[in-house]
Amino acid sequence: MKKTLLPLVLFAALVAFLGVGLMRDPSEIPSPLVGKPAPAFSLTTLSGDKPFSPADMLGQVWVFNVWATWCVACREEHPLLVQFSKSQRVPIVGLSYKEIQAGDQAAGALSEEAKLQLARQRSLKFLKIAGDPYKLSVMDLDGRVGIDYGVYGVPETYIIDKQGIIRYKRVGPVTPEVLIETILPLIQQLDTPA
Amino acid sequence: MKHLLIVCCLVAMSGWTHAGEAQPMAQDPQVEARLLVISEELRCLVCQNEALSSSHAELAEDLRREVRKLIRENKTDAEIKTYLVERYGDFVLYKPPLKPLTWPLWFGPFILFGLALVGLWRYLRLRKQLPSSRLDATGRAQAEQLLKD
Repeated sequence: MKKTLLPLVLFAALVAFLGVGLMRDPSEIPSPLVGKPAPAFSLTTLSGDKPFSPADMLGQVWVFNVWATWCVACREEHPLLVQFSKSQRVPIVGLSYKEIQAGDQAAGALSEEAKLQLARQRSLKFLKIAGDPYKLSVMDLDGRVGIDYGVYGVPETYIIDKQGIIRYKRVGPVTPEVLIETILPLIQQLDTPA
Repeated sequence: MKHLLIVCCLVAMSGWTHAGEAQPMAQDPQVEARLLVISEELRCLVCQNEALSSSHAELAEDLRREVRKLIRENKTDAEIKTYLVERYGDFVLYKPPLKPLTWPLWFGPFILFGLALVGLWRYLRLRKQLPSSRLDATGRAQAEQLLKD
């Protein structure tokens, strides 16, 4: 009896392991940045106001959202961000990530300054049409700040607490489920004074 | 998201087929040589089964640029790897570090091998105890008789 059951048990174990493996999304890599201070930077903004630095946001919970106009999945989540921003719950700061891509024909021979201009034009045009959920957006043309935040697939979304610690990272578009089940409760929790 | 990654990979590869713009040649062959050795052991985050050294994804290009910069700053291999692990996690390393979380990964196969050896040994011992299946003289005679009939 026991002998005949053993292969079945082993098979079931194998199926369980493979099943769990299948359910996982291999493109989701746990971020080592959660629980660590948000990397510092100072970047020029989309509107061209004074440079922004994460330290400017100390004392409040905020959302940091990495986006670009060429990023299809960003457009997917954009309406939700616009809707969320209307609730005025917490500010969303955008990181315009490598708006001008390496293979960009239109920008091939442009100077850095002209590339920045082109990136601003494209981003502003997009936000004008699709709505602007951002308190401000910073321009990360060469992707260096993106690397510091471990960005590998836009869109990415971070929640940063009052002390400037990254408390959550989402890779891929924010869905209504993620917003309601994870992001909002976390913001609520971080926002209540201890 | 997954679609985006696939598109990214395809776009990266398409640049490769028609060779795109010429990459700036290595200004410093020593830096390039070290870059090659280090990035061989690093994973491209976008095309996950490619090493950072050979990936044509744009992020890989950026990361190589950062690694080049770190090499020029005379950072050690360990420091460069730490730089990437701090941002992307152990996932960027093709050789995962030895720590409690990765013990099953490093030692699991040996444990399984040990278990298999124990199983084999028990099986062989059990088989020895079974009566021999060879025929003795009377059995052989009986069998011959049966064959004749």
